[in-house]
Amino acid sequence: MKAHLSRRYLFSASHRLHSDNMSAAENEATYGKCNNPFGHGHNYVLEVTVSGPVDEKTGMVCNLIDLDGFVCRKVLERFDHENLNTLAEFAEQAPTTENLCMRIYEIVQRDFHFAHLERVRLEETMMNSFEYAGGEGLVK
Amino acid sequence: MIYLTRKAEFSASHYYHNPEFTAEENRRIFGKCNNPNGHGHNYTLEVTVKGDVDPRSGFVVDLKQLKEVMHREVLDAMDHRFLNKEVPEFLHSIPTTENIAIAIWKRLAGKLNHAQLHRVRVYETPDLFVDFYGEE
Repeated sequence: MKAHLSRRYLFSASHRLHSDNMSAAENEATYGKCNNPFGHGHNYVLEVTVSGPVDEKTGMVCNLIDLDGFVCRKVLERFDHENLNTLAEFAEQAPTTENLCMRIYEIVQRDFHFAHLERVRLEETMMNSFEYAGGEGLVK
Repeated sequence: MIYLTRKAEFSASHYYHNPEFTAEENRRIFGKCNNPNGHGHNYTLEVTVKGDVDPRSGFVVDLKQLKEVMHREVLDAMDHRFLNKEVPEFLHSIPTTENIAIAIWKRLAGKLNHAQLHRVRVYETPDLFVDFYGEE
């Protein structure tokens, strides 16, 4: 029987929202306080949802040891206590939480094979969050 | 169609063990959860039902009835219990959060007037939860 399992993780990172394709005034108008050249930080909450049949022998969709190990090694170690703007992922694109959410989805989708990835949800603050479940990404 | 969610909390103990596995396999697969003396959680249960709004009452489901069913079928059976030893479903299956969600679904399905069960969500901790939508 298929069930969905969701796990939440915490990491902290800094970023600055800025696009080289916009003028200083446009950046200011688009990103507001988030355009501060010195950057600012958030405590992000990452919620990963995987699904699959519940294994009759273990009672599990997937072993949390595997999921936690993967997310720690491939996601948290990559982003925790980093300045997101300095990472290769965001050399060409602003580290908005939308973009970060999609990059994390891609990492889990590509390399985690113990269960099916349903979605990645990322809380930037208690008041806003973003979800990505694959499919259409960036608006061209 | 409208969805309504009701929450409840219960506290219970459990441990993970499969008698078909060796002691070493049980320890490796289940880790700390394999301690045979058990350990406990404060579970949060979210039951989501769906249906059309009754034009006379304005309700999708009678909340009082939903609360009573959740108490009778779930909380009375699981709250302050050792799941492995006191809840019939787990005498022969492991009370993982996945199996708890499935067991709660089966306990509730068919017992709600009018509304249809949509989702059972069980939080084992604020950072771990399982959703079950019935057999697909």
